[in-house]
Amino acid sequence: MQEPVVSDTRTANRELLDFVFSWPAWFFAVGGALNGVLVAAFAVVILMLMFGLQFLGYAHPVYWGFLIVNFVFWIGVSHAGIMISAILRLTQAEWRRPVTRAAEVLTIFSLLTAIQFPLIHSGRPWRTMYWTFPYDWNRGAWPNPRSPLVWDPSAIFTYLTSTILFVYVALLPDLALARDRAPNPISRAIYGVLAIGFRGTTRQWRIQTVAGLLLSAIILPIFVSVHSIVSWDFAVTTVPGWHNTIFAPYFVLGAVHSGVSAVVTVMIVMRYAFGLKRFITRDHIDSLARLLIVVATVWLFFFLLDLFFGLYGAEPAEVDTWQRRLVEPPWVVIAITFIMCAYVIPVPMWLFRGIRRNFFWMFVTTILVNVGMWLERYMVVVPALERKSGLTFTYGEYAPSISEFILVAASFALVILGFLTFSKLLPIMPAADIKEGQILADRIRVGRANVPAAMRE
Amino acid sequence: MANQSQAKRELLALYEEPDQAADGVERLHSAGFEDSDIEILSSTPYPEGAFGESHTKHRLFAFPFAGAACGLAVGVAWVVGAQVSLPIITGGKPVVAIPAIIQILYEGTLLGAVLFTVLGVLFESRLPDGVGLYDDRISEGYIAVSVMASERRMADAQIALEEASPIDLLSKEGSLMHAPGTT
Repeated sequence: MQEPVVSDTRTANRELLDFVFSWPAWFFAVGGALNGVLVAAFAVVILMLMFGLQFLGYAHPVYWGFLIVNFVFWIGVSHAGIMISAILRLTQAEWRRPVTRAAEVLTIFSLLTAIQFPLIHSGRPWRTMYWTFPYDWNRGAWPNPRSPLVWDPSAIFTYLTSTILFVYVALLPDLALARDRAPNPISRAIYGVLAIGFRGTTRQWRIQTVAGLLLSAIILPIFVSVHSIVSWDFAVTTVPGWHNTIFAPYFVLGAVHSGVSAVVTVMIVMRYAFGLKRFITRDHIDSLARLLIVVATVWLFFFLLDLFFGLYGAEPAEVDTWQRRLVEPPWVVIAITFIMCAYVIPVPMWLFRGIRRNFFWMFVTTILVNVGMWLERYMVVVPALERKSGLTFTYGEYAPSISEFILVAASFALVILGFLTFSKLLPIMPAADIKEGQILADRIRVGRANVPAAMRE
Repeated sequence: MANQSQAKRELLALYEEPDQAADGVERLHSAGFEDSDIEILSSTPYPEGAFGESHTKHRLFAFPFAGAACGLAVGVAWVVGAQVSLPIITGGKPVVAIPAIIQILYEGTLLGAVLFTVLGVLFESRLPDGVGLYDDRISEGYIAVSVMASERRMADAQIALEEASPIDLLSKEGSLMHAPGTT
C-alpha cells in the first residue's frame, strides 16, 4: 500500500490543472525545437518519395532497415501504457492513480508515431489504403486478408481506436473539472463541449467505475494481439532467424519491458517539468521498478529460448544468422551493447532499494533499457536479411543513412511533442481518481505501528 | 402523467460535508421523495451507498457482448467478401482460409466490444446531458443533492434540503439563499 497524497480539493485542482492553464516559456522553446526536427524529417520523406527508397540507402536484399525497426520499437513502447493502466485498474492497485493517464497517453502517441513508418516505407503512402480497406471496386483492387500486411493495420487500428476511447471515457470527469475551472469563456466552452454535460451524478460515477474495469478487460487481449501480429510480420515468412514459433510472446514481453521503462522515464520527466512532485513519489517509481525486474527477467528468458531453439535446431541457415548476430562484427558490438543496456546493467541495479527510489538512477536505467531494446529490434530485423539467400545467392551489407537517423530522431520528437501538447491541453493526471484516493485513504494502527490503508468497494 | 412530469422543477442544495449530503437525502426520503427524483452530484466518486442512495441498476455488461457479436459479423462480411470478390488461389488451398483470417475476426470482435461499451457508457450515464442544474463549486469538493419536485411539493423539498444545512440552495431561477457566486 502506498502513502496517498492528501490535500484539500481546491489545492489538488490547482496543482493538477496548473500546467493546463499556464503558458511557461520552456513549452514554446521545447515545442519549437521538436517542430524543427519534424520539419527536417518531413523534408527527408519528401525527398524519399521523389527519389525512391534508395534515397534512404535501401538496396536488395535489405529493404527493412531503420524504418521497420522504428515501427516495431514504437509499437512496443505503446504496449506498456495500456498494460499498466488496465492491469492496475483490474487489480484496483492503489498506486495506479497518478500513473494511468500518462501511460495511456504514451500509448496513443507511440502508436500514432509507429504507424507513420510502414506508411513512409511503402514509398507510396497514398496507395496503402486499398491494401487494407476494400473500396477500390472499379479497378477490382481488393485487400488480401491472408496477408500480415492486412492483419497489422486491423490490429493497430483496433488498438488505437480502443485506447483513444478508453482515454476519453476516463477523461470525462477531468474535462468537466477543466470546464468548471477554465480561466476564460472560450476554453470553458471547448471543455464544456468535450465533457458532454458530465455532472458527476452517482450513476455517472458508478458507470465510470464499471466502464474502467470492462474496457480494461477488453483492451488487454487487444494489447496482447497487437505485438503478436507485429511479430508474425516476421515469423510467418521463411527468413531464417525470423521463422520462429515463440516470436509472439517474445515480442510481447519485449514490448512490455521497453514500454514500462518508457512510462518510468516519462513520469520522472513529468514530475519535474509539470510540477507534480507531490503526486509522483518514490513509492510509484519503486513499484514500477519491481515490476520491471520481473518483466525484464521473463523477457530475457524468451530471448534465450529464441537463441537456444535456433542453435539446437542445427539448421545451417538459422545457425548462420545467429552467428552473424552474435559473433561477427559489427553485430557483436551491437549485441553486447544491447544485452548490457537491456538487462545486465539495469536489472542488478534495480535490486537495490536505494536505486529503485532514486529518480536520477531510475531515469538513467530506463533510458538504457530503451536504447537496448531499440538495438534488439535492429538485431532481429537486419542481420537476417543480410544473409546470403540459398537459391539466388544474393546478399548485401546494410548501413544506415543520415536520413534514417533524422527519421529516428523525428519519431522521438513526434511522441514527445504529442505528449507535451496533450499535457498542455488536458489534465495528464486523473484528478477525479486521485481525489477518490484521498477520500478512501486512512491510517490504521497495527500493534504500535501506524500504517496507511485504503478502503475499496 | 406527462403533464405532471413536465411540471416538475429541480432544486439543488450544496453541502460541505458528505454527512450533510447524506442527511439531506435521508430527509428527502422521509418527506416522501423517491430515489428516482433524487440525484447526488460530486467531483469525486464516493463508495456506493455513501449518501444513502439505492444501488445503481444498469445494463452496461450487456453492451460488450452485443458489440462483440456485431464486430464478428462485420469482420466475417469484410474478409469473406474481400476474398470471394478477388479469389487468390494458392496451392489448392481454400479461397476463404479460416486460420489466415482469424486474426481479423478477433480484432473485429474486440473492436465491436469496445465501441459498444463506449456507447453503453454514454447511454447508461445519460450523456450528453445539458439540462440538469449544476454549480461550479461542486468541482471544489462540495456535494450537491438535486431533487425533482412538482410545484405542489416544492416547499417540502426545500424544507428537507434546508434542514441538512446547505451552504446554498439553487433553483433554475437562481439562489434561494442569495449566496454569492452561484449560477
